[in-house]
Amino acid sequence: MLKFNDPISTDVLIVGGGIGGLCAAIASARAGASTLVAEKADTRRSGSGATGNDHFTCYYPKAHGENVDVILKELLNSLLGPWHDAKLSRRFLLESIHMVDRWHEWGINMKPFGDDYEFMGHAFPGRPRIFLKYDGHNQKQVLTRQAKKEGVKILNHHPVIDLVKADGEIAGALTLDVTGDVPSFTLIRAKKVILSTGTANRLYPAAGSPGWPFNTAFCPSCAGAAQAQAWRIGAKMVNMELPNRHAGPKFFARAGKSTWIGVYKYPDGKLLGPFVDKATRYVGDITCDVWNSAYTDVLLNGSGPAYIDCTKTGPEDLAFMKEGMISEGLTALVDYMERTGLDVSRHAVEFMQYEPHLIGRGLEIDIDGQTSVPGLYAAGDMVGNFRADIAGAAVYGWIAGGHAGTAASSCGFKDVEHSPWVEERAALYSSLFERDHGAAWKEANLALQQIMDSYAAAGPHRLRSATLLTAGLKYMADLRKNALSEIAVPDAHSLMRAIETLDLMDNGEIIMHAALERKETRGMHMRSDYTFTNPLLADKFLNVWQEDGRVCKQWRQRWN
Amino acid sequence: MPPFIHADRCTHCGMCATICPMNLFKQEKGQVPQVAYPEECWHCNACVLDCPVKAVELRLPLNYMVLHVDADTLHE
Repeated sequence: MLKFNDPISTDVLIVGGGIGGLCAAIASARAGASTLVAEKADTRRSGSGATGNDHFTCYYPKAHGENVDVILKELLNSLLGPWHDAKLSRRFLLESIHMVDRWHEWGINMKPFGDDYEFMGHAFPGRPRIFLKYDGHNQKQVLTRQAKKEGVKILNHHPVIDLVKADGEIAGALTLDVTGDVPSFTLIRAKKVILSTGTANRLYPAAGSPGWPFNTAFCPSCAGAAQAQAWRIGAKMVNMELPNRHAGPKFFARAGKSTWIGVYKYPDGKLLGPFVDKATRYVGDITCDVWNSAYTDVLLNGSGPAYIDCTKTGPEDLAFMKEGMISEGLTALVDYMERTGLDVSRHAVEFMQYEPHLIGRGLEIDIDGQTSVPGLYAAGDMVGNFRADIAGAAVYGWIAGGHAGTAASSCGFKDVEHSPWVEERAALYSSLFERDHGAAWKEANLALQQIMDSYAAAGPHRLRSATLLTAGLKYMADLRKNALSEIAVPDAHSLMRAIETLDLMDNGEIIMHAALERKETRGMHMRSDYTFTNPLLADKFLNVWQEDGRVCKQWRQRWN
Repeated sequence: MPPFIHADRCTHCGMCATICPMNLFKQEKGQVPQVAYPEECWHCNACVLDCPVKAVELRLPLNYMVLHVDADTLHE
């Protein structure tokens, strides 16, 4: 068995020091709770917001008027998708501008264009714009500095690998110390735990580079840890079966398509969409937010490829676009374009749809950010019943952190050190390190991607069915068995990747269980055996969870 | 593909190794960090941005080529 370090106690434990985790940590510390962030890498540069962002979803009454529901309607029609419990989205919107004020005060430039907030991009012509444009290139450093200033403790290079429950409530977590070559465990006792592990990537073959799991738009170290770990202790998941696919340049997978200011065209020069024939910094071409599958469709029907053409964009807006790319954290792309002579004033760049990943699919939370496991909260991209990406992580992190920090003062610690569950998980992970030869973790990750791609594929043009999903579940169980008996890892880093891969298997199984139950076609969840969209399910969400080793499924009404 | 560290410029401060979101690097004290897991690079550029002496370079792999055409070829 790998060594256990001395346990740590904290009122509130934050799992993952991304945008959601750091904002949750600051709010928790302000509520008077001792607060610890356990982070897989280093909070100054971790997660999908590592090097920046430039759009923050926000309701600003001064610009938008007094009726929040007008902006809620825009949110539900945006690329962020309709899978929201509207009462959570409404609370998010009402609190969003206060988070923007805080960020600006802490040192993230939320007003890069003058004295007031500006809204640009991801917008329909003639409709309210809900994306505040900002300069987030330093957001992780600023939030880390602020968290430390508020008394938050940060434990870098310590991914959480399992959650611990006692008497039906959250009691702590097991972390893996990956600071050196030899891994060890550190057990953390916590009164409340907030999960904030981001998107789940590496589930499907990378659309641009199959066989290269790390060519992903979102951070490939984010591998569905929260969904998997919470699933293992019985937390409810929601919307896991509804696929999401991002889009951007081909073949270098990067987020930030609305940072590009141009129009989408076919090779014959015709526009893909009806919205604009000239893009500006305020209103770009929103076609592919609306027609999400455009790039795949035009490739498969032979009318493509589809390009973004920025050559009719004015020189001032092109300079603005380059600044936006730096704010968004796309400096690797900017450097590449400069080095290779790719010039957006002359060249049109082909775009593509990336592989499915989980964002806004996962843990069900209540209005305060708490999951179905008492004391366990979630904030950010791994929440399944609300989505607003970076802004959602920040604002709901703040809400969850404040609630958990306050609630922690009225409860005590539970025993985690004698937990049979911790013993069992630690022994399992140790066995992968103690095996002196065997399979590489990457083999298991690629096998998982093959199974997901064959048996739980996402649209467009790819179908699921009861027989395929049932076969997929069988093969995933076989893979897990083989992986557990064969993976051998040489060091702490590789053990972390192997554990991520096991977490991804849980995510894959949850997706397939939920996809089996959704007997209809909706969005990119396309069933060959149920080809229609069932109106009776329009206002319903599907919960899946585990109870006594059994998978439970239940439909519920959407919360308005 | 992965980051390349110019050994003649590197001051062994370890910043790139510490902040890498992918934990790609290993470093012995007083040595130039080694890229231990090159295939896991996310190409996020954090190491390039945070190196205090600009000793890190990032090259995109050939299969990450950004496909583009002259825009004036987009016509019937």
